[in-house]
Amino acid sequence: MKFAVLRFPGSNCDQDCLRTLRDTFEVTAEPVWHKETSVAGYDVIVIPGGFSFGDYLRCGAIARYSPVMTAVREAAQKGTPILGVCNGFQILCESGLLPGALVRNRKLHFICRHVHLRLENNTTPFTRQGTIGQILRIPIAHGEGCYFADNDTLDTLEQNGRVAFRYCTEDGAITEDANPNGSVRNIAGIINENGNVLGLMPHPERACESRLGSDDGRLVFASLIEFALHSAS
Amino acid sequence: MKDPAITPDVIAQHGITPEEYQHIRTILGRDPNFTELGIFSVMWSEHCSYKNSRPELKKFPTSGPRILVKAGEENAGVLDVGEGWAVAFKIESHNHPSAVEPFQGAATGVGGIIRDIFTMGARPIFLLDSLRFGPIENHAPDAATNRQLFSGVVSGIAHYGNCIGLPTIGGETWFDETYAGNPLVNVFCLGVLRHEEIARGAARGIGNPVFYVGAETGRDGLAGAAFASRELTEESKEDRPAVQVGDPFREKLLLEACLDLLASGAVAGIQDMGAAGLTCSTCETASRGGSGIDVDLNLVPKREEGMTPYEILLSESQERMLVIVHKGQEDRVREIFEKWDLPYACIGHVTDDGIMRIREKGNIVAEIPAAALTDEAPVYHRDAADWTPPEALDITTVPETDLIAALPRLLSHPSLANKRWIWEQYDHMVRNGAVVGPGSDAAVFFARECEKFFAAAVDGNGLITRLDPREGGRRCVAEAARNLACSGAVPLGATDNLNFGNPHKPEIFRQLRDAVEGMAEACRAFDTPVTGGNVSLYNENPAGPIDPTPVVAMVGIIEHESHITRQGFRGTGDSIWLLGDRAAGLDASQFLLLLHGRKEGRPPQTDLAAEVTLHQTLRDAIRDGLIRSAHDCAEGGVAVALAECCLSGETLVGADVILHNDGRRDDESLFHEAPGRILVSVNPADEERLQELTTLCRVPAYKLGTTGGDQLVIRIRTSSFVWPLQELSESWNTSLGALMGGVAETPNAS
Repeated sequence: MKFAVLRFPGSNCDQDCLRTLRDTFEVTAEPVWHKETSVAGYDVIVIPGGFSFGDYLRCGAIARYSPVMTAVREAAQKGTPILGVCNGFQILCESGLLPGALVRNRKLHFICRHVHLRLENNTTPFTRQGTIGQILRIPIAHGEGCYFADNDTLDTLEQNGRVAFRYCTEDGAITEDANPNGSVRNIAGIINENGNVLGLMPHPERACESRLGSDDGRLVFASLIEFALHSAS
Repeated sequence: MKDPAITPDVIAQHGITPEEYQHIRTILGRDPNFTELGIFSVMWSEHCSYKNSRPELKKFPTSGPRILVKAGEENAGVLDVGEGWAVAFKIESHNHPSAVEPFQGAATGVGGIIRDIFTMGARPIFLLDSLRFGPIENHAPDAATNRQLFSGVVSGIAHYGNCIGLPTIGGETWFDETYAGNPLVNVFCLGVLRHEEIARGAARGIGNPVFYVGAETGRDGLAGAAFASRELTEESKEDRPAVQVGDPFREKLLLEACLDLLASGAVAGIQDMGAAGLTCSTCETASRGGSGIDVDLNLVPKREEGMTPYEILLSESQERMLVIVHKGQEDRVREIFEKWDLPYACIGHVTDDGIMRIREKGNIVAEIPAAALTDEAPVYHRDAADWTPPEALDITTVPETDLIAALPRLLSHPSLANKRWIWEQYDHMVRNGAVVGPGSDAAVFFARECEKFFAAAVDGNGLITRLDPREGGRRCVAEAARNLACSGAVPLGATDNLNFGNPHKPEIFRQLRDAVEGMAEACRAFDTPVTGGNVSLYNENPAGPIDPTPVVAMVGIIEHESHITRQGFRGTGDSIWLLGDRAAGLDASQFLLLLHGRKEGRPPQTDLAAEVTLHQTLRDAIRDGLIRSAHDCAEGGVAVALAECCLSGETLVGADVILHNDGRRDDESLFHEAPGRILVSVNPADEERLQELTTLCRVPAYKLGTTGGDQLVIRIRTSSFVWPLQELSESWNTSLGALMGGVAETPNAS
């Protein structure tokens, strides 16, 4: 069981992901520098949050050209689970591995706070330990996390169960007030057509210990580990 | 381009007095050239030399068994925290740049303090901020300008901190007319390191190569240190080129590359290029190493053509470091800086003649004894004016007002309101350590590198310091220590930021001297040596000097995770106790200031011995598991403190309490600000043990009442004041956001 955590210049959640995987889940997790050309031998690839290349252009717009992303695209095609968190989600959209885009938050501010998410699909490698409708409390920290796609794309996503998480109230209601950044249809996370690539704006690696206010994010990593073990056997 | 001739006007423009100029001639044995004049000008500015404040700073206690690097020795002090681990921390101001260009001014302030920490070899792990602005309420004069400054500073801090990946986990923000046009932006950073990783800013080893690493040098921030050592005027906006532009992405790369390089063992000495840039870093490293340094400006990476030696040496372009490398290890620099795609260049070498020698195109353009720049800077013993203690407040001059309305009005004032609008813009959760985040008495951070819990708080009180500078100094230190105690921490050390007006004015110098003496006295009492800090003088706007605002950031350690204590009430049926009660009038209170517009009265005096006992007793009670919550009772008095306890837990928890009034008026009982008081909640089953402990330690302790319900009820004799929590919550939680709602932000991404 081996996780890769990609490291771009300007990634800043790579250490948090590595420590969470190693200390909380006791799996092997290694940093992979963006100039590497192979991700062979890894069971799961995590693209962590941060400001790759400073994100002075569109977020993720430069990172998509890093050599490692060619290898990530190949791994995605082969079915390796790929989790993009925050800036990772932005990079996945820029790379074309996920549809749509992440734009400036509705109120233009960077927002860091705990939000509630409703789990919408529990058949993915990232959510298999959850139940549909389950409510998770996980933090967000972004200035450009407002998910946008055209209506056709959104309809396709919804019809195929590709919306994995939505922002909701504490009780699970999908309301405008519960939507922190203006994302269309309260979308917080989506998967690709094959279901092995998840882009998620909230940070599950920040919600794996009760001392940090929530351990609801464990579900994502525990599901991935279970999936990887299952695939290996 | 030909350098201007050295005329009395040119000398005066450089802020150099005729006496100082004669001193320079004596040092050099000749007249300085224009470049050399510029070098002396920045190195002898207050910002770099502390020439007006140095005799005062010597009054701080700076030693102790934990001190590994003392104040003034290096960029930041370093303290032992056990098991071979240490912390480096410091606070620094960027007041003047933020007044002129709030976004970049604040952003580069963050960048500068982070560099000070990783220059020590430490991994920076968190930030705090201490901010002051003019009034932002709609009716205030210049409210729009003040909001713009406030909003710009907050986005600047957010921009830099969020991008580099350092959480701002706590701070304080106050609004008062005294800061209109001269905001205060003080930022604190803490880093962790192993004892053996402490890096030194000394140029040692004759012949060792000197490397320039990081961003290219441009014309930005020319002579910013000299700019920061002047009063702000209407024309200060024209100084905008003296404000630097920050690039947090570059700094993130520089941080990682420098820590990699330090780990490689190739570094003999390292120094950041902050104020006075290349000038300061070359002469300070040489002076500390007792060596000389020989640098060729042609080799310096530049982003603009045609820069003169003067401009290159005085530029304050950000995200640059000077590294002295062990001879033969040059390849390490190349490998690491190429990996991180950062410019680097070998620009010179260490010499044995004690001279800072600067070359350009084969010519020597400056040649100055390095130690003269750092050690022979002038020191001024300024005159202090006489000081008369303020009159005590005559309570009969304070009209009695509707006290039911007063509490929500106080809670919704920007100074006392919940600061969520600020800290939600900061990524305060990155690095997975903010166990107790912003909005608490002290923030608590779990440093995963060493598996230790650190607590940190930053405090300052301009109102009290204005009325009684010595008490203001004592008060901010005592409050920071009290905040740490409330979180369950033992204080380790402190760093100070002295924000004052022009020290040439005797009344200002008196404030500075008395405040420092008060701070020093309190730091001794709490056994918290000062590990370094920053002095920001000349904080004046056209209307006059700011209220003197010494700020202290204190760092503590929490011995066991179970000792971590929060301020919010935790549930129904707990008993509420006040530890350390003392009666006082409304002198120097926020109630008097915010509701009656009066900066008056004689501030109640801090009893340091009683404070020390109070904090120790509270920690003992926490260790014994008796304390459910603890909250410092400070600005706004017991009424505001109780409301905060009700409003800041996981859910709203009401309270019903009785206050003893000692024959005073109700407004005094509710809102006086006697220092040395802490509100705690305990399980009724533990009350007896708490009482035994406080009796044993001779700490006054009064049971006030019980938690529960959905309102705050305060009874005094026959009066009872009742506030529904929903209304208080509305006032406290939404006012700042509502005031700032319409303000657009400067872009920051991800």
